[in-house]
Amino acid sequence: MRRLTALAICLALTLSWWGASGARAQQTQRSGGAQRSGGAATTTTAAAQGGETLIKGATVLTVTKGRLENTDVLIRNGKIAGVGPGLRAGASARVIDAAGKFVMPGIIDAHSHAMIDGSVNECTLSVTSMTRVQDVLNPTDVNLYRHLAGGVTSLLLLHGSCNAIGGQSATVKIKYGRPLAEFPFPGAPPGIKFALGENPKRTNQPTAPGQQRRYPATRMGVEEVIRQAFTRARDYRAAWDEYRAASRTNKSLFPPRRDLQLEPLVEILEGKRYVHAHSYRADEILMLIGIADEFGFKIRTFQHVLEGYKVAGEIARHGAGASSFADFWSYKMEAYDAIPYNAAIMTRHGVNVSINSDSSERARRLNVDAAKMMKYGGLTEEEALKLITWNPAWQLGIQERVGSIEVGKDADLAIWTGHPLSTMSRVETTFVDGDIFFDRNLDFARRNALEGERKALEGAEPNRAPTQGGTPPTAPRGRPSRASDAHDDDQIIDGGDDQ
Amino acid sequence: MTTTHAPRLLRRTRAGRLALIALSAALVVVVLPTLARDARAQDTVGPAPSEMAPPGAFVIRGARIVTVSGPDIENGTLVLRNGRIEAVGTNVNVPAGATEIDARGLLVYPGLIDAETNLGLGEISSGAPGTLDTTELGDMNPNAQAWVAVNPHTSHLEVTRVAGVTSVVSMPQGGVVSGQAAFLNLAGTTQRELAIVPTVALVIDYPRVGGGFGFGGGAAVTPEALTARDRRVDELRRMLRDAEAYGRAADAYRRDPKAVPRPDTDLVLAALVPYVRGERPVMFRADRERDIRAAVGFAEEMKLRPVVVGGSEAWKVATFLKEKNVPVIFDAMWGLPLREDDPYDTLYESPAKLQQAGVRFAISTGDGGAHVRDLPFQAGMAVAFGLPKDEALKSITLYPAQMMGVADRVGSIEAGKLANIVVTDGDILDARTNVRHLFIGGRQIPLVSRHTVLYEQSKDRP
Repeated sequence: MRRLTALAICLALTLSWWGASGARAQQTQRSGGAQRSGGAATTTTAAAQGGETLIKGATVLTVTKGRLENTDVLIRNGKIAGVGPGLRAGASARVIDAAGKFVMPGIIDAHSHAMIDGSVNECTLSVTSMTRVQDVLNPTDVNLYRHLAGGVTSLLLLHGSCNAIGGQSATVKIKYGRPLAEFPFPGAPPGIKFALGENPKRTNQPTAPGQQRRYPATRMGVEEVIRQAFTRARDYRAAWDEYRAASRTNKSLFPPRRDLQLEPLVEILEGKRYVHAHSYRADEILMLIGIADEFGFKIRTFQHVLEGYKVAGEIARHGAGASSFADFWSYKMEAYDAIPYNAAIMTRHGVNVSINSDSSERARRLNVDAAKMMKYGGLTEEEALKLITWNPAWQLGIQERVGSIEVGKDADLAIWTGHPLSTMSRVETTFVDGDIFFDRNLDFARRNALEGERKALEGAEPNRAPTQGGTPPTAPRGRPSRASDAHDDDQIIDGGDDQ
Repeated sequence: MTTTHAPRLLRRTRAGRLALIALSAALVVVVLPTLARDARAQDTVGPAPSEMAPPGAFVIRGARIVTVSGPDIENGTLVLRNGRIEAVGTNVNVPAGATEIDARGLLVYPGLIDAETNLGLGEISSGAPGTLDTTELGDMNPNAQAWVAVNPHTSHLEVTRVAGVTSVVSMPQGGVVSGQAAFLNLAGTTQRELAIVPTVALVIDYPRVGGGFGFGGGAAVTPEALTARDRRVDELRRMLRDAEAYGRAADAYRRDPKAVPRPDTDLVLAALVPYVRGERPVMFRADRERDIRAAVGFAEEMKLRPVVVGGSEAWKVATFLKEKNVPVIFDAMWGLPLREDDPYDTLYESPAKLQQAGVRFAISTGDGGAHVRDLPFQAGMAVAFGLPKDEALKSITLYPAQMMGVADRVGSIEAGKLANIVVTDGDILDARTNVRHLFIGGRQIPLVSRHTVLYEQSKDRP
């Protein structure tokens, strides 16, 4: 009966993914104190700072309310408390002179696999909706710090793309240096990864001798897998509805057997879980829209969606968002018709478009990727900025909290040396919930200490090189970071994670 | 190609025979290495007679001309004729009948140069192996020539040039001696037209311990691995010495065919002769500090003209590189730091550090072809991290041209150079800037590509 109550709660309420798994999360939580010293760990900056911060005299790119010259931004208790000229703060406030600098909202990356520890993919089944990214998060992944240094503050962490229906996603704020419990984005709607095309049909994945190929192997099969899954989910929901109705009068009935694979799909059918569908070709995009229409649910985003420009009208009419690469193409057959005008065409058709990274390397320069979209198809400066702020915020369902600089919103923002759409600008300081999580001057101040620590470690007996010359090897400490410049979804030759 | 995979015994025999020939050659007075010079002339003869329309005459007026080699010229005039830059300045003679281009408010740059790509050698990097011609089998392929296999109709070519990158070095990869790179001007309908220097440099993937970087690469340093690396270096050394001997023997025979035995033609060794004589650069792929030092040391020992390619840790050996006067083609702007505890901006800052140390350097995408168009933006990011802007521009124009020995033809706006010209509406290092006019080899190039064609097809579909 207790289980039934829990299930009823699960089905009845839209819980944040973290809330739904609090107990398990507590167990797997890693202590922030255990972080390695790498990459200028933010021990000092990441401690809760609270209080007030006044950023003075900047050019503020609000994204929703235009560009404001010589403007102050007041941060209080983690929120934006004021935006305007000549603001005042309390005597104890931290005051930052930002004359000549630019302030923009924290960048939101709607396709990331950072801090997912180990494999991003559970590839053994074609439907793995019972798996959860939240269970394998590593808050000490140094790439998170590098994201912050590129002005990124929130991420949609997605399961890989090797199954038609993949695992449950997680939405986080990058609170590098803090315990994992502080990462989940409060109140963010739960999500799930779908995938279409070459990856779920395992086109580019070599099969070991004697190994049987996994179904499906064609786009026909991908469609069929999704249709089967939602057909089962619909029956499953009906079984529960029938049980609940009947059990009002008959208390001795047994409930249906609980199915963790189908529960997330029921949530999709009920509009409580966002679908983020990896897709490339126009035909498969239309295929999934067809299934969604038939079963009565919405796709929140098509991810990659490289041929979205061919069916932009259909995507707009369905109401889906599109989260794409700026201009990554030609890396496999289904990426050969990708064009850098994709974002502009979809934007002009009324689609909510974001530019994502799918790569811890690319995530650090999403500002440049957004800037390219002015060149390719002529988006305005504000439209280009929206591609990495307000639009992904909407796609993740967190637009009430972040994605623009407005009074009352979370103080997730970054100070840039120049216009952030210029390749020649860089980030000075990044705030999340009003606290500094990256600051270039603090980073410099910490480098000497880190260098000393490194020298000491390298000089230690177990780390000495076996022969003379060159840099001694650095032995792995703990988990190797997923340092790679490959794009996780599509790193095929090297056995990428998001397969 | 089969000769490169000849059994070791055979090569040993060949080496022995060559040593004998070289010895007899030494008895003859050695003055003129004429045979090798002929080979070089043949390799760098430039484009075959063009099948394209002859370039016309153009005059570009009113723009700010960023010459790169000299100061910017405000409100300048640029004359292009017969494929070359005829004149540049504020007061120049304009040929009658030249096509006028009003460029007021615009900027004029020399075409950008990416010194390390595989452009044309691979279309689709995974799932379509039939489109890939980057990597030959075996370790020693000096006579694998990139220009032979460059697909002049790759979609990457148009996509790259309309972004302002007008020339690239396209190189083979893999093995120890990967092959010979080509210097391509990105306008032409055959590979002969593209390759203005068909064999511009030899590419050596310098033997190293471990496969890569960071933990995996570092952890693999064992005595066995070091021995294996040294063995590969020895093989390389032996091959280069063979080539030297072969060159001497061939020269000797040519000078005195009656007295000197005729050496059997060996295409593999013949390919190496200009490089072992220091006549053309040798691109050494090396990223880690110890590998860069080793590669440069090896080049010095063998009297080669090294260019370090990759150079992720070149900043650590900047003084050494400056002292040896070895240039670096840095291709890691958009890589993640090699080590977890490296500062986040280690690679972003590398060009500035190399520049400050006086090391000759170029910035390159190191890309297979599809994303070479990012070249100016990578240079732009180096500016964000301390590189002076004029140096950033040189690092993707004049500097790579100098390293590749083609600065007499490309890399700046000077009279007499090839008319590779990009006209933009803003700073070419900024991703928001648009290319407005494009000339390669004096021909006006339409600003179309696979991408603009697909864009036009779909943009108005409801």
